[in-house]
Amino acid sequence: MALTPQEDVNRRMLRARDEMDRRYAEPLDLPTLARIAHLSASQFGRVFKEVYGETPHRYLQRRRVERAMTLLRQTDRPVTDIAWDVGFASLGTFSRTFSTVVGCSPSEFRTRHEPVHVPSCFIAAWTRPREGAPRTAVSEKRPDPSPA
Amino acid sequence: MTNDNSNHITSLHIRSVPVLDQDEALDFYTSHLGFEVRDDIDLGFMRWLTIGVPGQDTSLLLELVGGPQHDEATAAQVRELVTKGALGGLFLQSDDVHATYAALVDAGVEVTQEPVEQPYGTDFGIRDPFGNHVRVSQPNA
Repeated sequence: MALTPQEDVNRRMLRARDEMDRRYAEPLDLPTLARIAHLSASQFGRVFKEVYGETPHRYLQRRRVERAMTLLRQTDRPVTDIAWDVGFASLGTFSRTFSTVVGCSPSEFRTRHEPVHVPSCFIAAWTRPREGAPRTAVSEKRPDPSPA
Repeated sequence: MTNDNSNHITSLHIRSVPVLDQDEALDFYTSHLGFEVRDDIDLGFMRWLTIGVPGQDTSLLLELVGGPQHDEATAAQVRELVTKGALGGLFLQSDDVHATYAALVDAGVEVTQEPVEQPYGTDFGIRDPFGNHVRVSQPNA
């Protein structure tokens, strides 16, 4: 298969983004992601943003919040457990980030949303908070206490 | 919109999947996912290549991105979207999702998600060689 240089970059960045999706609860491992994309760690963040329009950190935060939204909707697990499950090291950071990104607290979100039964990839794709909505995530202003 | 079958549509017959290399697509979908070839016809202006799950009527058209329906710029945009993973995907069902997953991992297929129990069953995700998303699920009994 002959790919143009940009298509080859896209494909390698997609592999790296899929790795982030798989390991969303783990700390952001830029060196590993860069290796998957066949780039240096210093290049990776810049190229990721060129391809997907946001930083790897921001993508991971949206992925984690989206996953938390699903767990809040689909399970009755305690909010603290969900915060840990999706990769936040403290309930405080999780609650602040969630509220900033989604616009309400995790508990409020849970009471407002019923479980839905469609393939999980659609829930992931269509419930992931949009970039910048409703405003910049707290987590970008305050480093996530989980190892970065 | 009607729901009384007055439109006489009886099935989903063929669905097109954008691919960047038909031979590579054919190898992937037949070797790894067990599809069978339905048609492989050189029409001159295109290769009509359809595959399907044995025993099931719906076919996939492995459609090469490009051709006269797209100008070069549009074809490049579609290729860009495919390789970024931005286009739609396929949803397959397995009667043993864990066995399917193990075989695909052994074959070195790109995994987007390991098997996860969902409210509706268990599913996992993979990519085809071009970036198209393929999900495989096993519904709850």
